[in-house]
Amino acid sequence: MFETSFTRTDFLILLNGAWLTLQLTFWAVLIGTLGGIVLGWLRNAQPRLTIPLGWLLDVFRTVPLLIQFVLANSLNSILGLHWPIMLIGCVTLGLYCSAYCTDIVRSGLDAVSPNLRRAARSLGMTYWQELFNISAPLATRVAFPSWLNMTLAAMKDTALVMWLGLAELLRSSQYIITRIQEPLLVLCIVGLIYYVMSWAIAWCGARIERRWNTND
Amino acid sequence: MINIHQVHKSFGELEVVKGVSLDVEKGEVLSIIGGSGSGKSTLLMCINGLESIQGGSIKVDGVDVHNPKTDLNLLRQKIGIVFQQWNAFPHLTVMENVMLAPRKVLGRSRQEAEEEAVRQLKHVGLGEKLNVFPTKLSGGQQQRMAIARALAMSPDYMLFDEATSALDPQLVGEVLDTMRMLAEDGMTMVLVTHEIAFAREVSDRVAFFRQGLIHEIGTPDEVIRNPSKPETAAFLKSIK
Repeated sequence: MFETSFTRTDFLILLNGAWLTLQLTFWAVLIGTLGGIVLGWLRNAQPRLTIPLGWLLDVFRTVPLLIQFVLANSLNSILGLHWPIMLIGCVTLGLYCSAYCTDIVRSGLDAVSPNLRRAARSLGMTYWQELFNISAPLATRVAFPSWLNMTLAAMKDTALVMWLGLAELLRSSQYIITRIQEPLLVLCIVGLIYYVMSWAIAWCGARIERRWNTND
Repeated sequence: MINIHQVHKSFGELEVVKGVSLDVEKGEVLSIIGGSGSGKSTLLMCINGLESIQGGSIKVDGVDVHNPKTDLNLLRQKIGIVFQQWNAFPHLTVMENVMLAPRKVLGRSRQEAEEEAVRQLKHVGLGEKLNVFPTKLSGGQQQRMAIARALAMSPDYMLFDEATSALDPQLVGEVLDTMRMLAEDGMTMVLVTHEIAFAREVSDRVAFFRQGLIHEIGTPDEVIRNPSKPETAAFLKSIK
């Protein structure tokens, strides 16, 4: 029958890894979102002036994330910054997310009809009043599904920080596999944990979207 | 009072307003008619500074609209404008659409803004639709909401840019009724319109625009009933 050396402690180790994965995701998405909002707004407001910014962001989007992690880690040693690995992981992944989020935000703002913005300004609203009360909420509705995609992708991309030596979910599983030699079982469990975490995020997202859709 | 003096407006190489002068008195209803591309809508956008001008000047109550030192946001508070595309804010209810600017721009309290919104919406016949989202309204209702939204700022002037052109024919009447009501209340209005019969009925003066210039201006009787220029007559005939 079915026998395994996978213990409860192993499961706790995996959960610990999963917790680190969630933390990395949270910080990376937070940095990415804040960066993306500012840069995306700039890209929308000054599309011509910020073309060079687009090129720079393309570097982050095109160079494989793994290489970015290794480069960031090397830079940390070369410059003698002595940042903890967790911080390097969050910042690198955060920059990577910013690059994606910039275009998500820009496309959201681009989708707001200039006529609506004009109507708001015609009522005496200032640029910022219009931006916060009209453009931002409307752009959010358009950009949200893409943003959610980015978040889910970022969660899986956190697995790459194991090359820096952080024991997130996938790395934790490697220790266990090496010890009990049951890769199939362990990876299935790991996959399931990723699935549950993603599902929870997607479920929250779907709820938010549904609330908006009943309105407009 | 609105003083328009020798206004020129170009989009790139294309000059669409070629030196228009026009005064609108307080309490007057002025209709601007003319073919598409005659520059009439563009001129309207210049009056509240939504479009820049390349020559001449526009003054509203003595304030130079296109002087860089003019606070346009302040000026726009007294110039309401209703667009062809009604431009309802889709993420806000009818009530919130009307309350937004009084709250944010005039700093009204929620309660004050609510009372004013209800008053204006009832005035335009939308008292039953306060908490509905605009997408649930017909075009005519959305346009009336847009009128209420502009009126909630207690403007001294109302500009209408082909307010009924994008509506289904059976919905035009209800919006015109609302505009007629405003005219009867003594609001100073400038309407760009294709509704000749309506213009004739409510206007004190009618201006016929042609190729970026005022071709003919006068009372509705003069311009619409007995046009003195053949182009005016031809235009009126063409849209009947």
